[in-house]
Amino acid sequence: MSDLAVAGEVDRLGEREGRVRSMVRLYATLARVSMMEQFQYRAANYFYMVGMVIEPVIYLVVWSTIARQQGGSVDGYTAGTFAAYYIVWTLVRNMNIVFTPFGWEERIREGQLSAQLVRPIHPIHYDLGSFAGWKVVVILLWIPIAAVLTLVFEPELDPTVAQIATFAVAIWGAYLIRSLLLWMLGMITFWTTRVTAIFEVYFALELLLSGRLLPIGLMPGWVQDLANYLPFESTFGFPITSLVGPITNRELVEGLLRQAAWIAIGAIGVNLMWRRGVKAYTAVNG
Amino acid sequence: MVEDVIRVDGLGKVFEVPVRDPGLAAAAKSLGKRRRREVTAVGAVSFSIAAGEVVGFLGPNGAGKTTTLKMLSGLLHPSHGDCRVLGFQPWRRERDYLQRITLVMGNRNQLQWDLPALDSFQLTRAIYRLPERPFLAQRDELIELLDLGPLVDKPVRNLSLGERMKAEIANSLLHRPKVLFLDEPTLGLDVTMQRRIRSFLADYNQRHGASVMLTTHYMADVEALCERVIVIHHGAILFDGPLRDLAERFASHKTLVVTLDEPADLSAFGQVMEQTGARTTLRIERSRTAVVTAQLLSEHDVRDLTVEDPPIDDVIELAFASGAVEQ
Repeated sequence: MSDLAVAGEVDRLGEREGRVRSMVRLYATLARVSMMEQFQYRAANYFYMVGMVIEPVIYLVVWSTIARQQGGSVDGYTAGTFAAYYIVWTLVRNMNIVFTPFGWEERIREGQLSAQLVRPIHPIHYDLGSFAGWKVVVILLWIPIAAVLTLVFEPELDPTVAQIATFAVAIWGAYLIRSLLLWMLGMITFWTTRVTAIFEVYFALELLLSGRLLPIGLMPGWVQDLANYLPFESTFGFPITSLVGPITNRELVEGLLRQAAWIAIGAIGVNLMWRRGVKAYTAVNG
Repeated sequence: MVEDVIRVDGLGKVFEVPVRDPGLAAAAKSLGKRRRREVTAVGAVSFSIAAGEVVGFLGPNGAGKTTTLKMLSGLLHPSHGDCRVLGFQPWRRERDYLQRITLVMGNRNQLQWDLPALDSFQLTRAIYRLPERPFLAQRDELIELLDLGPLVDKPVRNLSLGERMKAEIANSLLHRPKVLFLDEPTLGLDVTMQRRIRSFLADYNQRHGASVMLTTHYMADVEALCERVIVIHHGAILFDGPLRDLAERFASHKTLVVTLDEPADLSAFGQVMEQTGARTTLRIERSRTAVVTAQLLSEHDVRDLTVEDPPIDDVIELAFASGAVEQ
């Protein structure tokens, strides 16, 4: 480092703060900025959420009807448990919304990525912090929607304290896993822009193997086995089941550990792809 | 002796671009094997910039200015050559490096569109890990210098282009960078706003001793800010030296636009470039400007008169035409 750079140490204003403290402040600021933005668009957000409720209500009506026709339940799921599953689904689905891989092309084309690259933080923090702030708004807006759905569909929900605590952690775990996975998917754009087909395959697999379309417990045994080795259930089925049940305390811990493992795998994957991707990007785009 | 903060040695960038003939047959053929062609954006440029120096980096569109700035700010990995900015290799994009530089591009923004600039400033503070007191001092100084007081609490989307650019510049200087890369910072702004930003940049450079590399198409920017200019064309440096040398060597004339009460033949004063009614555009030798102006005012009823330097692009074109290759 040159003498000038050393002299510049005097101006390194952040050195007095620990790295962790700085990151906490960064995330708090990103989340706050995002909340302020989202509250400006609260009406749009509300319509967006109301629109999103249509999908689970369709599933709910279909499965409740099947349950009634089969004498009250399908593999142990009653109309009440289906109602609980799909009402919790609405919150988990919103927690699952992260920066879409389809947005990467625009991010590169419009120069947003370049603007982020000249600043001294990894761009993933912008997405994680900003979308986390949006989630806070989403949770607040979700409460009245959940209340209406509860009145209409009468869910059977009787969680233990352990279940509630696990759920509170698991929805954020789901958010992190899906953010990391979709970041990896989006980063394919560094090498080619014609990736829509890959994205579509991913989302189709996710729909079937995550518990979004129907509870994984209702799937054939081999599908359940397959889902165990893939990350999708950790982002959808597990958080819902952790609150709705039936689930043992051991399964709650196992689910959280599985989420932690997928977060670690996702973080490593993002890191590896990012290094190579930025090298490719700075070779041609900048 | 003043130390160089930027040292560039044989730096170059070659892009590979796909090429294809027009038509359906060529499109079908390209499905199998794609042809690629190498395009040299920057050949092998070398220069150095000292601490506190403000250098105009000039050239026509496609000359390699932005590519060079991108390599120096770490956005592009060079194909060959080397450079050091503040002792760092830019493309390694180390945190300590990014903490000390800024890149302002006239057509890109860092501010949050829906929020007042003050909120974006807070975000910048968190990104650069700036302690509160120095941050507030720097922020307030920038707000004052750029006359941003009445603007910073309005949502950015409600600001005019010029107001937004001022807020962008303030946001990009909150961490008090040692090196400023400015790519067309006055692009699209009206004359008043251009002048405001120019005087701010000059003031900022004086106060903080920052080194500035500036690309612009406005001669007035260069004249107000840069004692030295580097002219680049087709990825090679054509001229590197004091601005006065460039203007005197290549722009030996000025443009004089005069409007009289009655149409008149003014060819005795200089080369008539254009005449519309009583309005005449003359090309005169730079050294004769004062004499010709005085003569015109004494011999004719002059309603309006302006003296202009030729646009920077014209000066550069003259440089190319003269074939003056510095290196």
